[in-house]
Amino acid sequence: MADRVGLFSVGVAVLLLLTVLELVRRRRLLERYAILWLFSAVVLLGFAVWEGLLDRVAAVIGIAYPPTALFLIAGGFALVLLLHFSAAVSRLADQSKVLAQRNALLEERTRRLEAAAAATAQAAEEARGAEAPAPAAEGAEGEPARVTPIRRRTGGR
Amino acid sequence: MTSQSSHLAVVPAYNEAGTVTGVVRALHERRPDFDVLVIDDGSTDATGAVAEAAGARVLRHPFNLGIGGAVQSGFTFALDQGYSYMVQVDGDGQHDPGEIARLIETMEAEPGLDMVCGSRFLTKDSGYPAPISRRTGIHIFAFLLSRIVGQRVSDPTSGFRLYNRRAIALFARDYPHDYPEVEAVLMLHFHRLRMREIPVRMFARGGGVSSISSGKSVYYMVKVLLAIFIGLVRARPVVDPGDAAPVAASQGL
Repeated sequence: MADRVGLFSVGVAVLLLLTVLELVRRRRLLERYAILWLFSAVVLLGFAVWEGLLDRVAAVIGIAYPPTALFLIAGGFALVLLLHFSAAVSRLADQSKVLAQRNALLEERTRRLEAAAAATAQAAEEARGAEAPAPAAEGAEGEPARVTPIRRRTGGR
Repeated sequence: MTSQSSHLAVVPAYNEAGTVTGVVRALHERRPDFDVLVIDDGSTDATGAVAEAAGARVLRHPFNLGIGGAVQSGFTFALDQGYSYMVQVDGDGQHDPGEIARLIETMEAEPGLDMVCGSRFLTKDSGYPAPISRRTGIHIFAFLLSRIVGQRVSDPTSGFRLYNRRAIALFARDYPHDYPEVEAVLMLHFHRLRMREIPVRMFARGGGVSSISSGKSVYYMVKVLLAIFIGLVRARPVVDPGDAAPVAASQGL
């Protein structure tokens, strides 16, 4: 293999490997998703370093210029990774659908319960008022506690 | 909680503030024995508030899930709250609540039926005003589905359907995403549930925009055909207790 192309390939593969490792180390990439990346980086590095293997693989596939085989393999990995992420996105879409539905059910239930609680509190208030007219309505708020909306957490950089 | 009927009418609605009041009122008027649940599928108009004001219970999705996700919320609600029948009625006023009685009669006359579906195409004078392109599409789906399930299905895209408890449980667990009515017929077939169609009248849409604009008809056709063929071989998750969760964290390729 021409030296410059060989060196370049090794450099790229090493860079990829280090980037993935660093991302995992900083917890920016879940191990679950990192494994495929690590695997591709290691295989690419292997091919880049071990010239004989690449030559043989190129000959088997029928590629005249071996470094091209390296890029073909890299492209193959890219495809697999993309498919992997499409599957991951589909799963997330499924999960967020179920969450949205469950959330809607809970919200409806909460509204019902709050309305019922408010009605009960009001009825109690009126009953007390009929017995002995209280000077001032102390506490005994019919209104349920307000929940402050949860702010979106800023991503840990 | 308040006393509850055993019959639920589910109205999926996405930006139908103009028509949903009429639908809810008509349901209350014609079918006082039904609880009415409107699914506000992430509308940007006042659909949810309007439906609530009309006296319906309302589920509000935080964002738009599409018709499949909306109706499935209805199934989940019906399952959780123990309803024995659920009828699905479009939010645009196409379906006549007066016909619900006939859906129920059919269901009760024939034990073993799990879904009864209102069809526009079983009578000559259904008066259904649809463009010829859409009707052709529906007839193609109908032809294919009838061959697959071995029973005549004349109107597979109709959303005017009555479900019993078994069908509710099935669809709460798994309901198709994008063009659910067609694939739901397939699902029933593969789970060995039974359905039947009866002729109903449908009105022209009272307002709003159909989820299928005529320009997108061809695209729609291709997608539904794909759904039918994928549906033939789709994995049908019946999760037994102790099995892996159908949507688990560690699933990759």
